[in-house]
Order: sequence, then C-alpha cells, then structure tokens
Amino acid sequence: METRNRGQGTGGPPVGTETAQTRASQWEVLAASPEFRRLITAKRNFIIPAVIFFLVYYFALPLGNGLAPSLMNTKIIGNINLAYLFALSEFVMAWILAAVYIRRANRIFDPLAAAVRKLAARMGMGS
Amino acid sequence: MTTTLWITAIIVAITLGITIWAARQTRTTVQFYAAGRKINSWQNGLAIAGDYMSAASFLGIAGLIAFNGYDGFMYSVGWLVAYLTVLLLIAEPIRNTGKYTMADVLAYRMSAGPVRSAAAISTLTVSGFYMIAQMVGAGSVLHLLVPGFSFKWAVVIVGVLMIGYVVLGGMIATTWVQIVKATLLMAGAVLLSILVLGHFGFNPVRFFDAIAKVVDKKSGLNFTQPGILYPHGKHVALGPLTLDKSTIENVSLGMALIFGTAGLPHILMRFYTVPTARAARTSVGWAMGLIGAFYVMTTFLGFGAAVLVGKTGIGTNNNLAAPKLAEFLGGGPNTFGGELFLGFISAVAFATILAVVAGLTLAASSAFAHDFWMNVVRGGKESESEQVLVARIAAVGVGVIAVLVAINLQTANAAQLVAVAFAVASSGNLPVILFTLFWKRFSTVGAVCGLIGGTAVSIVLVVIGPGLGTPPAAHPAFALANPGIVSIPLGFIFAIVGTYIGEALGGDQRAKAMYPEIAVRSQTGVGAEPSSVIEERIPAVV
Repeated sequence: METRNRGQGTGGPPVGTETAQTRASQWEVLAASPEFRRLITAKRNFIIPAVIFFLVYYFALPLGNGLAPSLMNTKIIGNINLAYLFALSEFVMAWILAAVYIRRANRIFDPLAAAVRKLAARMGMGS
Repeated sequence: MTTTLWITAIIVAITLGITIWAARQTRTTVQFYAAGRKINSWQNGLAIAGDYMSAASFLGIAGLIAFNGYDGFMYSVGWLVAYLTVLLLIAEPIRNTGKYTMADVLAYRMSAGPVRSAAAISTLTVSGFYMIAQMVGAGSVLHLLVPGFSFKWAVVIVGVLMIGYVVLGGMIATTWVQIVKATLLMAGAVLLSILVLGHFGFNPVRFFDAIAKVVDKKSGLNFTQPGILYPHGKHVALGPLTLDKSTIENVSLGMALIFGTAGLPHILMRFYTVPTARAARTSVGWAMGLIGAFYVMTTFLGFGAAVLVGKTGIGTNNNLAAPKLAEFLGGGPNTFGGELFLGFISAVAFATILAVVAGLTLAASSAFAHDFWMNVVRGGKESESEQVLVARIAAVGVGVIAVLVAINLQTANAAQLVAVAFAVASSGNLPVILFTLFWKRFSTVGAVCGLIGGTAVSIVLVVIGPGLGTPPAAHPAFALANPGIVSIPLGFIFAIVGTYIGEALGGDQRAKAMYPEIAVRSQTGVGAEPSSVIEERIPAVV
C-alpha cells in the first residue's frame, strides 16, 4: 500500500529501509540540481505575476461595479456601457493570458522539463 | 412537443451507439477511469467544455440574464476566468502526479488511509450536490417542456441513461457523450445568437439600445446596469466591517468560481484522459476557447430573451428563457419553425444534462471505488478485473442514490445546490491540492483538517444562509448567499492550523520526505502515468 502510493506505479521500496532513504535523497539531489532550479525559476517568474495579474484584473470588475456604479454605468458606444465592455474584456484577457502561457510553456518550460527528465534517466530514476 | 421527443430520441440513440462502441474497449481500470489516456487535446478540450457547461450554465445563466440583466452576465465572466487557475496552477501537476482521482495526488505525500477517506467524502459531496442540482433541473425543465412527462419520470430516465453510459462505457463513453453535447450546444448557441442579432440588423449598438429599454421595476435600473440581482444600498456586517452587500456577494461569487473550478473532481479527472501534461495544457486552451465563446454568446441568449420574449413570455421559471427564445426565433408558438427550434434547444438541454451527470457519476464512483474501496478497505490489493467490477457497481450505486434523492427534492433550488458544490470545491479541495503541490511543511493532519473543515463550513454556511429555503428566510443567521469570501479563507486556515497541530503531535516525516519527489514529478512529469499502449486481455464484465 505504502509502496503503491509512494511511487504511483514505480514500485519503490517502503520508507524506512536503506534503499528508500537512498531513493529519497536522490529526489533531493534532483530537486537541487541546476536543471530543476532553472525550470522552477522560469516557471515561478512567469506564473506568480500572471496569477496576481489575473486575480487583480478579475476582481476589479465586481469591485468596480459595487464601489463605483456611476463610473461603470458610463455609456461608451450608444447604450453599451463600461461595465459591459469591462466584462467583455475579461474574456479577451483570459484568452490572451492563456495563449501567452501555453506558448511560453511549449517553447521554454517544456525543454527545461525535458532536461530534468534526461538527468533523472541518467540517475536511473522515475521510469 | 413531438418534435422535441424525436430530436431527443435521435440524440439519445447516438449516445447509446457510442456507449456500445466504447463498452468493447473498456476492460481495464485505466480504460474505465481514464479512457486509456488516449484522448487527444482538442477532443479533451471539447469534453471539458461539455463537462462544464451544465444545465445550470446554459439554461440557468440565460435565465438569470433574461430576468436580471447585467448581473447574470457576471456568472459568465467568472466561469471562464476560472480556467486560468486550472491552466496556470493545477492541470499539468495533476496529470503528472495522479492516476485516476484527486486523492491520488494527495496520497502521494500523505498517509493514504486518512487523506483518501477525507478526499472521498469531499468528492462525493461536491459531485453529489452538483449531480442532484442537474437532475432536479432536468426534471423540472423536461416536465415543463414536454407536458405529460412527469418530474419523476424525467429524473428516472436521466438516471438510467447516465448509469448506462458510465457502467458500460466508462470514461470513453462519457468523453464522447460530452464531445457530442458540446458540439450540439455550441451549434445551438451560435444559431440563436445569429438570429437574435439579425433582429437588430446585426448592429450591437441597436441591440443594446433595446436592452437599455428593459427596466427592472423594483430597482428602476435598466438591464445594461449592474445591481439588479444583488441590489446596491444594503449592508452586511462581516466581523468588524460593514460592507456593501452587493459588492460582497459579487466578489464572493467570483471567489467561489475562480477557486472552485480547479477543485471540481469531475473536471480534474479529465486531465488523466490525455497522454501527457503538454496535452493537458493544450486541452485547457481548447476548452477556454469554446467555453469563452459560449459565455460571450450568453449575451445574445439572455438579453435576447429579455428583449424579444420578455418576462411575461417566459413565465415564472427563468430556466425556460433559452427554450422560449428559440421558439420565438423559429416563428413563435404553434408554428412549424417555432416547434422545430423549441424541440432542438430542448433536446440540446437534455443532452447537456446527460453529459454532465455522466461525468459526475464517474467522478463520484471513482472516489468510492478507487479511493475508498480499493485503497483504504482493500489496502491497494485488488486485481484489475475486480477493480473494474467494483467501479461499475459503485457507478450503479451512486446513480440510484442520486435518482432517489433528486425525486424527493423537486422543490430544491438548483442554483443553491450548485453553490454548495462550488463552495466545497473551493474551500475544501483547492487549498489542500495547492498545499500538497507547493508547501513543504504540509502534512496528513493538515490535509484532513482542510478537506473535512472546508467541506463542513461550506455546507453549514449555505444551510444557515438566505438561499436554501423557499421562500428565502428574512433574517438568516449568515447574511450571504455566496459563502466563498468566508469559507475559502477558512479552508486555507484549517489546512494551515491542522499542519501545525500535526507537527505538535509528532510530525509527518513521510509528507516532508516526499516533498522533493512530488515537487520534481509534478513540474517535470518524471515517472508520470503513461498512455496505455498494451491492450490487456481481461474478459469484459459486460
């Protein structure tokens, strides 16, 4: 049971034995490797600002509608008001951010992750 | 009416054909739970969209906009933006570390028995409330659309079909039913949107001029203005603060959607059906394109119904806004075109419900069969064929219980049931998933506290809140209909406090020792579950 859960199919030995400790320390080595650090730094530098950005952008809409209703009711084109255009822009924001992330992940994060997988294979782990 | 029945019958026949085809390829657990991980990314994108755009969103949002104008559209916005959380934080790590369920990811670091049991409880709660909401919605809508079709029979038919799809065809059938449904729903929405715009010479400005002429009697606001559903001017005390209730309700709703979607077990499960994390990512991209396009079109469906049909034409049940709009656009009641359009949209609504409940049945039965039965009761030692058999039995059990509960809840408010599901997903599941992936100190006690505490507080706040009773209580013990703004922070706090209590009690060495492993695996896909290539020859149960 322990075995199954630990490795999800890799079938590593249970915690407590000497091999398990070697195995755990191998993952620590991998986690500390420059290859993995490069991947994590690259991802962190993109994902954390991206999450903060979309949360701020999203919650600005209900907050704006609630706190500045007269501003949000400003008519922009005919009877199309700022509240509706802002709501519509949320869709565009979500699509653009998703596209930017997917492009970046395919071009930058995936090769960095592949380098870590290569290293793991050289260390004889995680098949 | 006969048109509705014929079109529905054709759609059901197609889905049953798919199920028979899928049943032949559903022998192993990976096929049953995860379609062999062979679904490609655009297919999964369509299936995610099909799993997500429920009756609540198709009929419900159109109705909310038709009756309340702009505030209803806020739901549409949140429902799409929520996928950024899924895309940026959840989809790929889940695919890299899990096998079939949300609990697989948690059990990676934590003691399997307690976290799998707790996760099974939260999953069954989310899926159960969501499923009952869909079935109650299905029952009442079909009952109104096809007179002579009693509420009970509608629920029973939905139940029998969903059990059939899942038991016979597992994830393969469920996926393709969702794909067919998503395609039909998009086609229906595009058709209605074009026809609505056609009434205004394809000029959005003229359309909005008409919307601005629709005025809410109570507030005096017109339908382009925020503040009709959650009126301004009321105040609510949250601890020491007194805040504008309308703003808080909207923010709270947004929080439940943004953080809840990434904690919905039936959505998370979809990421196990694709071969790689990259495919999971791309499939979210496809899903966002489709879901976004659909929710933009709710502008035309909802406001269109408000302008062209109006409250008097729709009647008291706002779920009928989209079908009534279709009838109007086809030529009006008692015309051939009107009948045809009403029939088509009603049949699409029915297919929508079927696809969503099938996904929910699968998620609920996997929580029971894979997490609780196989890994807790049987200690992970179950043969492949026994696992599939137990999963099928669990699906029948889940389905039958859902039907029995739904039959007795005819008057329940479907939107409120969905609110419970989103509250539990955002307050119970999401904090625990995030901490498991990203917080080194997190431990078994923290995970169990987060899951159980988040689930319990969400249910309590909805029950003592204003929404669940009909008519709503005048002075509820908890003022907000959307509990997210309170329950989500509490969910995080439970998980954090639990972690520190666990440490005081002696700590969870394994959870800490496994952190580097889950950190590396979740971000790189080292040792991720492969797509099934070997066709195992295990006799099918069916």
